[in-house]
Amino acid sequence: MSTNTDNHAHAGTERDAHTGRETTGHEWDGIKELNTPLPKWWLYTFYACIAFALVYTVLYPAWPSLHSHTKGVLGWTRRDTVKSELDTRQQALAPLKAKLLATPIGDVEKDPELRGYVQAAGHIAFAENCAACHGAGGAGGKGFPNLADDDWLWGGTPEQILQTVTYGVRNSNPDSRVSDMPRFGADGLLTKEQINDVAEYVLSLSNTGTDKAAAGRGAQVFADNCAACHGDKGDGNPDVGAPRLNDAIWLYGGDKATVVQTITYARRGSMPAWSERLDPATVKLLAAYVHTLGGGK
Amino acid sequence: MKFSHAIVEKNVVILALLTLITVSIGGLVQIVPLFSIETTIERVGGVRPYTPLEQMGRNIYIREGCYVCHSQQIRTFRDEVERYGPYSLAAESMYDHPFQWGSKRIGPDLARVGGKYSNDWHVAHLKDPRAVVPESIMPTYAFLASRPLSVPNIQDHLKTLRTVGVPYTDDMIANAAADLKAQADPDADTSGLLKRYPKAVVGKFNTESPELTEMDALVAYLQMLGTLVEFSKLQPEDLHQ
Repeated sequence: MSTNTDNHAHAGTERDAHTGRETTGHEWDGIKELNTPLPKWWLYTFYACIAFALVYTVLYPAWPSLHSHTKGVLGWTRRDTVKSELDTRQQALAPLKAKLLATPIGDVEKDPELRGYVQAAGHIAFAENCAACHGAGGAGGKGFPNLADDDWLWGGTPEQILQTVTYGVRNSNPDSRVSDMPRFGADGLLTKEQINDVAEYVLSLSNTGTDKAAAGRGAQVFADNCAACHGDKGDGNPDVGAPRLNDAIWLYGGDKATVVQTITYARRGSMPAWSERLDPATVKLLAAYVHTLGGGK
Repeated sequence: MKFSHAIVEKNVVILALLTLITVSIGGLVQIVPLFSIETTIERVGGVRPYTPLEQMGRNIYIREGCYVCHSQQIRTFRDEVERYGPYSLAAESMYDHPFQWGSKRIGPDLARVGGKYSNDWHVAHLKDPRAVVPESIMPTYAFLASRPLSVPNIQDHLKTLRTVGVPYTDDMIANAAADLKAQADPDADTSGLLKRYPKAVVGKFNTESPELTEMDALVAYLQMLGTLVEFSKLQPEDLHQ
């Protein structure tokens, strides 16, 4: 870094007549360079930055070696920081989570503190984990059950909901809820005519059928093939996840073409076992939250 | 002799040499340790090369530019860990060529999306994102469900990856074509596939087409993401760099 004092030592510095400033004494083919030193404030800020960087590399992880790196005097790591942040939060929530885990799921809503926790924290956990399929308000969609109504595939009591959330439906978890409707058409169990008749019968249960003669023929097909799970009158059975067929609520659609497709190929919707991804308190929180959505029994 | 910058400024060979030395020091300090430093990739169990079907799905993921809107890297921040799960480890993408960390999150991070939703959900969502997530701005990928998966030569594909360091065994390469079909065939014997590739998700992913479609490959890949490392079994020292 050249300064004015240095340049006085240089042979050949001179004062430029035009600007009144000194030259550096360098000369290239008759062209001389004015000496314009860096502003002092800039120069000292620059030195301060270098000093800061050196101190930083001593305090924090910085220099790589061939097989490791310097750990820094403070021993700081980003991973320790995030762990302590998570621990702090878990400790703050620990009393609530412990209380939630200790309270039978059926009694959670009776406790004002837990009810508040379920509504606040349950809403966030539901939005992140459940809303993609079941919708932000639990209204569901084609193939994904509505959780805000009073119609439940696997039961709508708090205990049944907790079981479903914990182990899921038709997944690889050994305790998963499982039931497999036969593929009546694809596997040749029923003829196309029989499927048409039984579809008409199923539609007649909710008074949406159009072909009374076919529905009459379908009654026997239904009694022989469907009633075991769906009930004699199509009331469904939450023990085997068989949907109610005599109401206007349809998971995959209640038009005739969809019902025929359902009977032909069957439906095997699945849900993850959330106990494999989330901690027990969050699973219970979600079950309690789903029960509060409005359709719990 | 007193050193003067005039010497450097007037001699182009010395200038070039000194420039080279200066730039090299910066480069060497940054690059060389990455090849030998042991803390770069933690030694965690479970990470395996991708199955042939997952690999094809990964190719579709890259072809469709999924990485433009989705990252695959959960950073070490409390809010990210609480939302997405354990932060990503370098080991989890060590067989990615190229890695799919991404740099933008127009959509959510996908590093741990595997197993979070059902196969049916992924198919419904890719076909029409707004059918399941009304506020989504993701484009539709309905064509994946009807396009047969085109596989020029899966064995050569795996061999190429082996050349760049993915430890595909001879057994994996010999069975590549069969494994590719078996993973999405509910009637196939998948015991060999699961032995070669533990935790692979098997089954017909796209139930709407009997053929092996691009949708099957992409969903197989998505369902694997982030599931290979058992975080509940990791010790704290495994994560300490």
